[in-house]
Amino acid sequence: MPANQALRVLIAEDGAADRLLLAQIVRRQGHEVCTAEDGAQAVQLFMQQRPQIVLLDALMPVMDGFEAARQIKALAGEALVPIIFLTSLNEEQGLVRCLEAGGDDFMAKPYSPVILAAKIRAMDRLRRLQATVLEQRDQITRHHHHLLNEQRVAKAVFDKVAHSGCLNAPNIRYLQSPYALFNGDLLLAAYAPNGDMHLLLGDFTGHGLPAAVGAMPLAEVFYGMTAKGYGLVETLREMNAKLKRILPVDMFCCALLLNLSFQRGTVEVWSGGMPDGYRLSAAGEVLGVLASRHLPLGILPPERFDDSTCVLPLAEGERLLLLSDGVVDSGDAQERLFGEQRLHQVLAANREPAQLFDELMQALARFGGQARDDISLCDVRMLGPDGAAAQAVVYSDSGRSSPLDWSLDFELRGDSLRRFNPVPYLVQLLQEIHGLRPSSGLLHSVLSELYANALEHGVLGLDSSLKRDAQGFSEYYRQRAERLAAEVGGVVRIGLRVEPHATGGRLMIEVRDSGNGFDVASVLARSPQAQGFCGRGLNLVQRLAHSAEWLDGGRLARVAVQW
Amino acid sequence: MAVESVFSQEGKKLTIKIKGRFDFGKHQEFRDAYERQHPVLDSVVVDLKEATYLDSSALGMLLLLRDHVGGDDSDIRLVHASDDVRKVLAISNFDKLFDIS
Repeated sequence: MPANQALRVLIAEDGAADRLLLAQIVRRQGHEVCTAEDGAQAVQLFMQQRPQIVLLDALMPVMDGFEAARQIKALAGEALVPIIFLTSLNEEQGLVRCLEAGGDDFMAKPYSPVILAAKIRAMDRLRRLQATVLEQRDQITRHHHHLLNEQRVAKAVFDKVAHSGCLNAPNIRYLQSPYALFNGDLLLAAYAPNGDMHLLLGDFTGHGLPAAVGAMPLAEVFYGMTAKGYGLVETLREMNAKLKRILPVDMFCCALLLNLSFQRGTVEVWSGGMPDGYRLSAAGEVLGVLASRHLPLGILPPERFDDSTCVLPLAEGERLLLLSDGVVDSGDAQERLFGEQRLHQVLAANREPAQLFDELMQALARFGGQARDDISLCDVRMLGPDGAAAQAVVYSDSGRSSPLDWSLDFELRGDSLRRFNPVPYLVQLLQEIHGLRPSSGLLHSVLSELYANALEHGVLGLDSSLKRDAQGFSEYYRQRAERLAAEVGGVVRIGLRVEPHATGGRLMIEVRDSGNGFDVASVLARSPQAQGFCGRGLNLVQRLAHSAEWLDGGRLARVAVQW
Repeated sequence: MAVESVFSQEGKKLTIKIKGRFDFGKHQEFRDAYERQHPVLDSVVVDLKEATYLDSSALGMLLLLRDHVGGDDSDIRLVHASDDVRKVLAISNFDKLFDIS
């Protein structure tokens, strides 16, 4: 902007000669001038013409310059309207009064055109600086409102997606700071068709929208695959591959995934980069930690991703406490961290599980003094075998095209046994039969059990009696992973036969393996209690299906489901 | 300077020293430390002796560095990490990607 840009200048001076002289000087400098004879007129003219710079005589009749300056400044509001006092006052006190009344500068009589021009230019610079600052401030405010609104909308959309799951299940308690999503925190839970519950607590790197965008695809994969009956391992592989593909190199997602099997009384865990989770007794005593054993999701390419999970027994009433790093990493004014020690103290002092989150938040507030916006807490309790009823999936078609007379046989060998889980596909296929749709959970459980038995005990030759106690349990899963990592010989054959009956139909499932079989009579003769973890599979299948028998020395399972 | 880079005489080994908090605030400086250097780097040492704190965006920056110098074929050592810093690296299992000592 040129320095000599024309301005509107108001001149208030009671002396007619001085007023004319000043007006002439200022006009010659290229500005537009309006004149007043006293302070009251000056204020009036200011309101009408909004001049950009005001020259005020200090001593005038009706209203003096000091009062006029105060009123003009008040009218100008936030905008800077520079006021230059014209004065013959020489004593310090008079000059100080000019500035205190809101004057920005003063000019002594007699007037020097050169100095006056310089002062007007200087005041104009200040005026424009102030205008720029105000404009930028307003712009920032607008952007901020815009951003908040976008976050609000994005959060509303996201909440619809995220809460399509079962976070409101009776065995889950959770707490998330309102905008935790925009700090990258994510909490998801859903039932699998067999009644298992899958739960994910995730934490993306970074803050704001970049941290939140990855949450959508992750939630989609989680819900989609859980509903279709995929296990943690398949879901993890898919989530990692997807995030690796879409996220920039420096972004990833720390995550802790759980599969709670109420039927089996176990929990399967995978943690990459999350702070320790805690296994608590019903009374709140710490029984163990769920430690991070993996790199976060979205860092490793699919071929190097480690999907090994660990399986722990979890008795009815026992709980798992999961937390985001906002808890232990909360800092106080001296940058000390809240830390695990203080967390353990809160856990130890807790008497009433329902109060735990409140106690934790209070401890954080006492420690740091200010609430953080990235805190996620989740407390999930193990239920008994009948604790959670899977939600029936609603289908939109009539089911008239249901195929009712068909059979299918297939055989899985070698590498396919190591990597592929056929159960979700088979359950999907069986969903084509209308009469079986309400039983998708049952079918998933039965097929999962039969396939797991055929693979683990038949093909891999694992000894189920290992699973007597917690230690044996982890040994069992260690051996399972080890044997799956090596070359797998042997086969599993699955046969499905569907036949229509007068008022429904019947599905026969046969699962045969190439292993050594087992002593059917003695395993089935044991009571469910005596079977413990090791015999639950057979017991469960017998309970769910209409008939179940084991033939050929335990190598062939034949199960019937009717509708 | 909060991020300092030093070259070995052959110019193929880069040492990056981090001072103070290693978080998003150091993003530009950290990238400048390796991106403006010679195209061929045999190895990189990140000296965390004076790093007081390390957050997840610092982990992201380390991944960027790793990607820049060859990904899986890179030779990056993180040295002199304090217990606190080491703990953050351990939770994220970054020892599977970097040589930490």
